[in-house]
Amino acid sequence: MSDLSTKVYAGPVVAFDHVAKVYGEGDTAVRALDDVSFEIHAGEFIAVMGASGSGKSTTMNILGCLDTPTSGQYLFKGVDVKTLTRDQRALLRRHYLGFVFQGFNLLSRTTALENLELPLIYRRISKSERRDMAMDALHAVGLQNREHHTAAELSGGQQQRVAIARAMVTKPSLLLADEPTGNLDTARSLEIMELLTALNQEQGLTIVLVTHENEVAAFARRRLEFRDGNIVHESRSEAA
Amino acid sequence: MIGNILLLSLREIQRNVLRSILTTLGIVIGVAAVIVVVTLGAGTKAQVQTEISKLGSTMLTVFPGQRRHGGASQVAPPFEMEDVTALRRETSMLSSVAPMSIQRQVVVYGNGNRRAQVVGTDRDFVNVRNWDLAAGRMFSPSEEQSGKSVCIIGETVRKELFKDEAYLGNVLRIGRASCEVIGLLEPKGQVMFSGDQDDVVVVPIKYYQRRIAGNTNIDQIYVAALDDTLVDAAQSEVEMIMRERRPSQPGAEDMFSVRGVQEMSRAFQSSTAVMTGFLSAIAAISLLVGGIGIMNIMLVSVTERTREIGIRMAIGAREKEVLLQFLVEAAMLAGFGGLVGIALGLGGALALAPLLNVPFIVQPDMMVMAFIFSAAVGVIFGYMPARRAARLDPIEALRHE
Repeated sequence: MSDLSTKVYAGPVVAFDHVAKVYGEGDTAVRALDDVSFEIHAGEFIAVMGASGSGKSTTMNILGCLDTPTSGQYLFKGVDVKTLTRDQRALLRRHYLGFVFQGFNLLSRTTALENLELPLIYRRISKSERRDMAMDALHAVGLQNREHHTAAELSGGQQQRVAIARAMVTKPSLLLADEPTGNLDTARSLEIMELLTALNQEQGLTIVLVTHENEVAAFARRRLEFRDGNIVHESRSEAA
Repeated sequence: MIGNILLLSLREIQRNVLRSILTTLGIVIGVAAVIVVVTLGAGTKAQVQTEISKLGSTMLTVFPGQRRHGGASQVAPPFEMEDVTALRRETSMLSSVAPMSIQRQVVVYGNGNRRAQVVGTDRDFVNVRNWDLAAGRMFSPSEEQSGKSVCIIGETVRKELFKDEAYLGNVLRIGRASCEVIGLLEPKGQVMFSGDQDDVVVVPIKYYQRRIAGNTNIDQIYVAALDDTLVDAAQSEVEMIMRERRPSQPGAEDMFSVRGVQEMSRAFQSSTAVMTGFLSAIAAISLLVGGIGIMNIMLVSVTERTREIGIRMAIGAREKEVLLQFLVEAAMLAGFGGLVGIALGLGGALALAPLLNVPFIVQPDMMVMAFIFSAAVGVIFGYMPARRAARLDPIEALRHE
């Protein structure tokens, strides 16, 4: 990973270059991604849209280095992810990626603070520094007084805030949010989207948002619409 | 990194306190049982050593022929009274010498009867064995000389045959002979390798030879050195005297052997080695069972925590970090179980030791062994579940409900 951190890299954070993804073989093969190319630059806020089966989840998995393309190239800061081993991809996630999931995916029976410390522990950050960073992140999502609450003691909206804090506590190059409002009511969804927008605008966090809801996608400044494994429409809007 | 892994594992164990306790129960019980048995075993061993020295650390036993390990003896002529008198005459390092002939015989008083050790000896017997009389008197020289029908009984014989009746002056039947009880030996109690020492009737050697054995043989000779620093010298002296009395072919073995209490304790130690073997087998089986329990729960835990493993992988945990976390968890559980087992075992031994009348002897090396073994069991049986966790596909794991 040292080549990623030491090289001054000015290109796009990530780039899809004619990426295709096929699951299975022969007659039962499913072409989840057909031929997808796009670039994401630092500071962008992008929505990946589409119905289920459109290829947006596959795009998400490849962006998150959880999966690799069948053909074409996925470049993360100029590095072809397909050439990396499983462990190298884990390290790439550890140092450059943050995940927010639809189901929050906090460790249950674990306090908010401990959840936030988890990625920092894997990064081997010292205990005192870890605590400071975790508290800063909790502050950023407006949960400064909830650090000792376990996931079960928090509401859905609060859990998702903790999850966002966990994803951004390491100051990742890219934050991937997979249907972050899918389990929340309209008011809570609005709060979460406003939080993500604020993080993007104030801290310059690069965010990729996967959603099937137009209202949610409207918060992003750039939208990629997927259908049947291809990008069928791209639109941009100026910052609000 | 290992510090962080320990922290993560500890948090995981704390989250599931009840299950952690149940998981380790197998190891706890196994280790506790081993510690109890080992501790009490050490106590018994120590007690036997004291009893052996109670037998007389200065005492030596002279046997005709060589005593082979396992009991087979070389054919050698038995001793006669002349051997005893020769030892008495020629020694400078022995405080006392006593002839010993022993046979199990039925002894009868009134309606009661029991098989007891009948010992033919003389007044030096109580000196050699350092054994006092509780009541009555020893044989007089004239009684010894004439082989009078008198006897001294042990506490067990008194209790079983005479019960609360007076015994001094009453007549006891030994096989077809009979004798008048003139004394009672002090109770000595059980000795592990020679049974109840108080189950004994002591008669003058002449009486024994004439009325019980029907020959003039003496089975063994007990001798006691002047003090315990002289035991080895006394043994050499006895050997010199006896070699003169019963010469053997040059280069051949002696026609007799002399054994001290050290040899007896050695014989006991070889029997404790067998015990130790059994204990190790029990320990191995209980740790195996405990290990299977841990493997079982760790497999359940990996399945239950599939989503969590997915989260950890998404956050950036590598295979070896997931593997190590589950391994450390299993080892911590097992090691913790080992510690609890050691504590419980010590407590149990402490409670049982006074009941069994043995000293409580802590064995630190066994405790360290038990701990290391239980932690090792955790690592060995935790490996398979940990590997299963480490090999999960993060996408599948995150989707797991």
